[in-house]
Order: sequence, then structure tokens, then C-alpha cells
Amino acid sequence: MIFATVGTQLPFDRLFNSLDTWAETRSAQEIVAQTGTSEFQSSRMDVRRMIDAPSFRSLVKKADVLVAHAGMGSILTAIEYAKPVIIMPRRAEFGEHRNDHQMATAENLAHLSNLRVVYSAAMLEDALDEALNTRPVDIQHDQISQTHQSLLSGIQDFIFAEAQTPARAHHATLAGSV
Amino acid sequence: MQHTANAKKKRVLAVASGGGHWVQLLRLRPAFANCDVHFATVDAGAKADVSPSPFYTFKDANRDTKLSLILSTFQIAMIVLRVRPDVVISTGAAAGFLAIRIAKLIGARTMFVDSIANANELSLSAQLVAKHADQLVTQWPSVADKTQATYIGSVL
Repeated sequence: MIFATVGTQLPFDRLFNSLDTWAETRSAQEIVAQTGTSEFQSSRMDVRRMIDAPSFRSLVKKADVLVAHAGMGSILTAIEYAKPVIIMPRRAEFGEHRNDHQMATAENLAHLSNLRVVYSAAMLEDALDEALNTRPVDIQHDQISQTHQSLLSGIQDFIFAEAQTPARAHHATLAGSV
Repeated sequence: MQHTANAKKKRVLAVASGGGHWVQLLRLRPAFANCDVHFATVDAGAKADVSPSPFYTFKDANRDTKLSLILSTFQIAMIVLRVRPDVVISTGAAAGFLAIRIAKLIGARTMFVDSIANANELSLSAQLVAKHADQLVTQWPSVADKTQATYIGSVL
């Protein structure tokens, strides 16, 4: 099963039209699409505008491949469930977002082993064929990386740093409760 | 008193708007172990992600939706006043800026973690919150080099 999502805030018809073109010749593939505010309609896939969080997660779990815009929510969810994900960044020049920050996100995360970046319908079609024909062997289930652990430790240090200046912190709490 | 300070768990308010901001906030959860953590976001369905922790919602807004922004500000203020956190941590966006501004008024300590999507420059919310947050964090070393944000790691 292929699960395609572009978030719920902005339309991204180019991605779904590309997927639809590919699906035309791959009728056996089950495709579920969360289209958000896109206008896209197709009889070749299960098109839903909004999917609630629990259903969203079970679809991600069930999917063989995810297709998504280059939104961090989509990318992080794919990483969490160790799924291959093909991302197509939104382009400001096509009115798909306010700016090209998704291009930057895609370029900066392209090194991740389970992530493929595509910029066109043709690239998406190739990437889908490849992802479905390749058995993913090297995808690690999400473990806490060194950089993630470092961020968590830094946040804990921040939370508990107050203990070093109890008098001032206590005063602030009192002031806040007036 | 030392022992009373230790007896009370740190109360943390973790705030984010929806989508990727919320997913990144969820990835910070291990840091909230041993804290009394309260969550706030825009999507009521996200309650299941953090149950049984206390959970609040507010109206989604950004700088382009002025009316929603006013309602959102009011709701976030009510949440901050109700929770009375010792610490506020946000992964953005506009909601994080608002929560930190309001939390500073009641003496909370605040940290803004800019989204990992901002790999080349700080988000507008991060730039606006920079002089108010006690700590501004970027998830990219190159951004830390050219801004006042610090790099201490990332959600990946």
C-alpha cells in the first residue's frame, strides 16, 4: 500500500497528479491519499481530505512506501516508523507555498537512508518503482541518535537549571501567583 | 528551603502549533521525564499522543490571520495562567512566541526550539522571540554560527 500525504494546510495538486499518472499503469497498487485542501480527485485511489491522528498513524504503519511533501511532520513520522519515504518539495513559483523552504529541507535531509527527494513527475514515478522493487534492508527502526540525545540532555539541563538559583526562582513563582 | 524545592516536580508547559511543530515537540518527550508536563496544541486529536498528561487546545493562527491570532493569544494566555509553569518549551511557531511572551510575565523560564525545517536561517517566530526567550535553540550548527541561537542537537 502507498500512503500519500501533503499535510492539511495548503493544496499540492502537482504531487497527486504525478502519483495518479503513475497509478494509471499500476492498477494493482492500493493507494490512500490525504489531500487536505488540494482539489485533486481520482478513482484510482482512496482520496480523503482529512485523516485523524490515530488513523494517520495506522496508515503509515501499514504502508510499504510513503509519498509526501517535504514537511517535517511527514518526514519525522516516516522516520519514526522506519518507512521508505519519497518527498517532493513544494515550490513557491508554482504557488505551492509562501517560499522555497521545503527545497532547503529536502536538500538538508537527502542523506537519510530511507528518504528519496524528487522534483518532478518523472522522478516520482522512477522512485516509486524503485522503492516497491527494492526490499528495504538497511532501514533502522527509530533509535535515539547522538544528536537527538544531546538535544534531550540540553533541554533537561535547562529545565533543572533553576535549582542553582533557588531564591530567585522561588521569588518568581510567588510573583506569578499574585 | 532545599527539601521543599526538591519535593515539588518541575511543571513544564510544552507548546506547539500543528503538523511538524507538534511532531517535533513529541520527540522532546524523553526530556520531560520526572516533570509535571502539560501539553498544548491546535488539534484536539493530538490528545491521544500524550495521554494521560494534561492537554489543552487553542485556535490555530499565524501572522496572516489577525482575528484568529487575537483569539489564539487569549486562549494561550488562559492556558499559561491556568498551568502556571516553571518552564515553557516550544517548538514553534507563532504559538510558541505567544506562549513565551506571556509566560515571561509570570516569571517562567522559557526555551524556543526552532524547527529542523529551518536549516539555513531562523524562522520568523524564532527571530521575534530571540530577545524574550531565556534560551533560543536551532537544530543546525551553521545557523547557530551566524545567529544568537545555540546548537545543542536535533530531533533527528
